[in-house]
Amino acid sequence: MTNPPATADALDRYEAVIGIEVHCQLRTASKMFCGCSTAYDGAAPNTHACPVCLGLPGALPVINRRAVELVLATGAAIGARTPDATRWDRKNYFYPDLPKGYQISQYDLPLAAGGSLTIDTSDGPFSIRITRAHLEEDTAKLVHAPGTGGERLSLVDFNRSGVPLMEIVTEPDVRTAEQARRYAEELQLLLRTIGVSDADMERGQLRVEANVSLRPRGTEAFGTRVEVKNMNSFRSVERAITFEIERQAGILEAGGELVQETRGWSDDRGETYRMRVKETSDDYRYFPEPDLPPLRVDPAWLDGIRAALPELPAARRARYREQLGLTPYDAGVLVADADATRLFEATLAAGADGGLDPKTVANWVTGEYLRIRNAAPSSTAPGADPIELAALIRLVVDGAISRANGKEVFEAHLATGERVEAIVGARGLRQISDADALAGIVDAVILANPAAAADVRAGKTQAIGFLVGAVMKQTRGQANAAVVQVALRARLGPGPTAPRAGEDG
Amino acid sequence: MTSDLTRLLAREMAALVRAGETSSRALTEAHLAVAERQNLALNAWLMIDREGALSQADAADAILGEARRAGGAALEALHPLLGIPVGLKDLISVEGGQCTAGSRILAGYRAPYDAHIVERLRRVGAVLLGKTNMDEFAMGSSNEYSAYGPVSNPWDLDTVPGGSSGGSAAAVAAHHVPLALGTDTGGSIRQPAALCGIVGMKPTYGRVSRYGIVAFASSLDQIGPFARDARAAAALLHAIAGRDARDSTSAPVPVPDELLHLPESDDEAVAWLRGRRFGLPREYFVAGMDPDVERRIHESVAFLVDAGAHVEDVSLPHTDYGLAAYYIVAPAEASANLARYDGVRYGHSRRLEGGDFIADYLATRGEGFGAEVKRRIMLGTYALSAGYYDAFYLKAQKVRTLIKRDFDEIFASGIDALVAPTSPSVAFRFGEKTADPVAMYLADACTLPVNMAGLPGVSIPCGLSEGLPVGLQLIGSAWSELLLFRAARAFEGLTAGAAWRGLEPAALTKADHASGLTPAERAAALAAAR
Ligand SMILES: [Zn+2]
Repeated sequence: MTNPPATADALDRYEAVIGIEVHCQLRTASKMFCGCSTAYDGAAPNTHACPVCLGLPGALPVINRRAVELVLATGAAIGARTPDATRWDRKNYFYPDLPKGYQISQYDLPLAAGGSLTIDTSDGPFSIRITRAHLEEDTAKLVHAPGTGGERLSLVDFNRSGVPLMEIVTEPDVRTAEQARRYAEELQLLLRTIGVSDADMERGQLRVEANVSLRPRGTEAFGTRVEVKNMNSFRSVERAITFEIERQAGILEAGGELVQETRGWSDDRGETYRMRVKETSDDYRYFPEPDLPPLRVDPAWLDGIRAALPELPAARRARYREQLGLTPYDAGVLVADADATRLFEATLAAGADGGLDPKTVANWVTGEYLRIRNAAPSSTAPGADPIELAALIRLVVDGAISRANGKEVFEAHLATGERVEAIVGARGLRQISDADALAGIVDAVILANPAAAADVRAGKTQAIGFLVGAVMKQTRGQANAAVVQVALRARLGPGPTAPRAGEDG
Repeated sequence: MTSDLTRLLAREMAALVRAGETSSRALTEAHLAVAERQNLALNAWLMIDREGALSQADAADAILGEARRAGGAALEALHPLLGIPVGLKDLISVEGGQCTAGSRILAGYRAPYDAHIVERLRRVGAVLLGKTNMDEFAMGSSNEYSAYGPVSNPWDLDTVPGGSSGGSAAAVAAHHVPLALGTDTGGSIRQPAALCGIVGMKPTYGRVSRYGIVAFASSLDQIGPFARDARAAAALLHAIAGRDARDSTSAPVPVPDELLHLPESDDEAVAWLRGRRFGLPREYFVAGMDPDVERRIHESVAFLVDAGAHVEDVSLPHTDYGLAAYYIVAPAEASANLARYDGVRYGHSRRLEGGDFIADYLATRGEGFGAEVKRRIMLGTYALSAGYYDAFYLKAQKVRTLIKRDFDEIFASGIDALVAPTSPSVAFRFGEKTADPVAMYLADACTLPVNMAGLPGVSIPCGLSEGLPVGLQLIGSAWSELLLFRAARAFEGLTAGAAWRGLEPAALTKADHASGLTPAERAAALAAAR
């Protein structure tokens, strides 16, 4: 059953109300409540498991302090409150991927409450309130596979069971699919910047779910809420929510009624599909986890975590714009990429005594570095030496080499790691800007290309480009094109100063 | 000769093996022989590990032999439990061994790891004789709720040994082992100790690591010792107590070495009583209490007073709410703790043709759990349900705080320990209380407030009533186990000459006669003996 797509008119009449829940795997060496390693990627099933994360009789949880610190750091980064003491609660439900029959989570005393995250959208900055961030444990992974006799089997891999998971829940502040995608991107950037998570969506380290409802614009009451899952990329977050808004608007416009349900996103079909209908609200029978005493959050501990936070993306973007004079676009591109940020900062620092212009450095990093890196296969991602990049920019700015050759040198540096000075020397790329040194070649080119020279004299100035090219070819690109052009104009322009063939004898 | 060894106290056995007058192997063989012979009648053991026990005994003998060759200091350094047989309640994980918790749902499960206390026992060289019977998941006060059949009380085979650690208590009382471990969530060590006429202690919550112990109610469960005298029980507690990083609720409180050095002489032990202050909580003399039991308690109090102790009436006003609050908190925690038994990874598992996983869960759990366990899971699930949480669980936790405050105030007023009955009655007959769950729950009325407050309590024999043992309960402030054992040792000194001290569980001869029979023959023989 497909619904009529919503008309633009309907989309104007309704406002989307969206809340976002993100689960992110924390970057810890061991699991949340046991000593098992979290480095199970690629490992055989059930090789990273122990009595605790298998839920064996008698096993008991022990808090991973590092995981707590990572949530506290996230809380500090989003300006959230942290209670003096926190505790863990059991969330009870039965599922084969949940070995204890309950998940150790946090119910009414989350490690972080009441923060916010500001994102840049095409309509300008937009602030989203974050209700809470809390710590819990991941479930095992169910794998459905045919058995030896072709029968359907569900297998359980406990490698993921008990990995520390942070759940971050927003208020229903999001209004568009774009905002939702931007929020997810900005959150990923924040989590990576503070080292809390690798937050790779494709590897399931960052899982985004959206609660989407519609209401007539200008009204306050919430509409029927639909939970959208299985969005495995930022693009699919935007596509799925866009689809869902249109689907709901179409139903409402046709006079239909929405069902409270959970829907999955199918990237291939480009649509959401029903997973299950929620007839009653789930009763998880939360109660305080008796195996774990409450955890006091020592103010000094929290202060230390706060002090250790690096510069956060929003602050860094503001500094790039306001202090370094970068465009919002460049600031955004640089800050969004950790490698680019590092290279930019280090190149600026390396060129500090020479007074490199931040905008020039930003152009090199966003234009050249990111272009080359993004084109390279990820396994051979090159590393740029900021000292070399600073030296290269200095050569180009000083006119010692051309910008075009500069790009070639940078590419060579990224590929081989060779020093800029050595590449320029070996390839003979140092630019000739001395007009006297170029005079002989300029004259020879005019003599060798009489037709073009005549065109220029006749006022067809486009032809000068051909002659510049010829000089560049003769000098193997080393000539300073601007100097050559001046020299050509001087010789071929209106006036008698140009040499004439055979005149000197 | 061999059966004589089993009649000794643990420290006498230790002295003999140290001196080389007997070996741990001989000691172990003697106990195995009695246990194997009488288990048909008593059903105290779910598993007797003859092979493992003897190999551990040989290892102990090797260490003993070396120490004897090295001489004085090396012998002195040996732990008093080295080479001594110990029984383990069958909810304590032993690597490679069964751990049924008295339930069908854990049939076939083999623990892949040692519980913390098993590691500790191995370290001191104790001999692990086997696993003892118990009420399913430690839920019960008579051992009648074991999926593997009830345990008989060695004093009268027609009566219950108490529960839930009934197998451990019966095994120690019947001299199958000098020592055993149990768990106590609402009285499951102290009540069977009382009904079987031995010493049993529930330590302070957090004193002993619960790592590797099948959980019933996590905030109440504690592991503790059974023995036939205070000194042996104290030595066993010393071996297992102390902080374990794998149990976040185990406390970093030092374990006093004096537990190994309670007074040798009765006079010295009794002298300790002079000037001590004991409280007699009036709420513990509950309505419906056996008058003869009450008489034994008052006689015991009189002994204490004669020895120079002060005994005063005190009140713990919130005691009456303890039972109701306990039957909210414990089932609530149990309902979650028992959720892991789903047949997916271990134990009993039922797969239905064409059924979904929920259908498989229902079948597995429906078949695997007994009626009492199901009752408690339902109670707990209900108490935690949305809309009831505040009225039940939250309120019960508040009551718990009030109960704890009652105790705190008493101990802050200078009372050293409380004296109370352990159980309102002596051992009752099979089937007497199984028809009425609440009657069964009342068996723990005097013990469960101590769990609710997280305090230590010890039950010691204080006489007989119509041939069945009566237990005296001593309750202390947190971490006061040493004081409780000193008091228990003093009471032993006071009553050393009492006529009842010389009596042994008479029914053991009947149990001996029930040996070598098939279960059907055994039943017939028992019926005839009774
Ligand atoms: Zn593990």
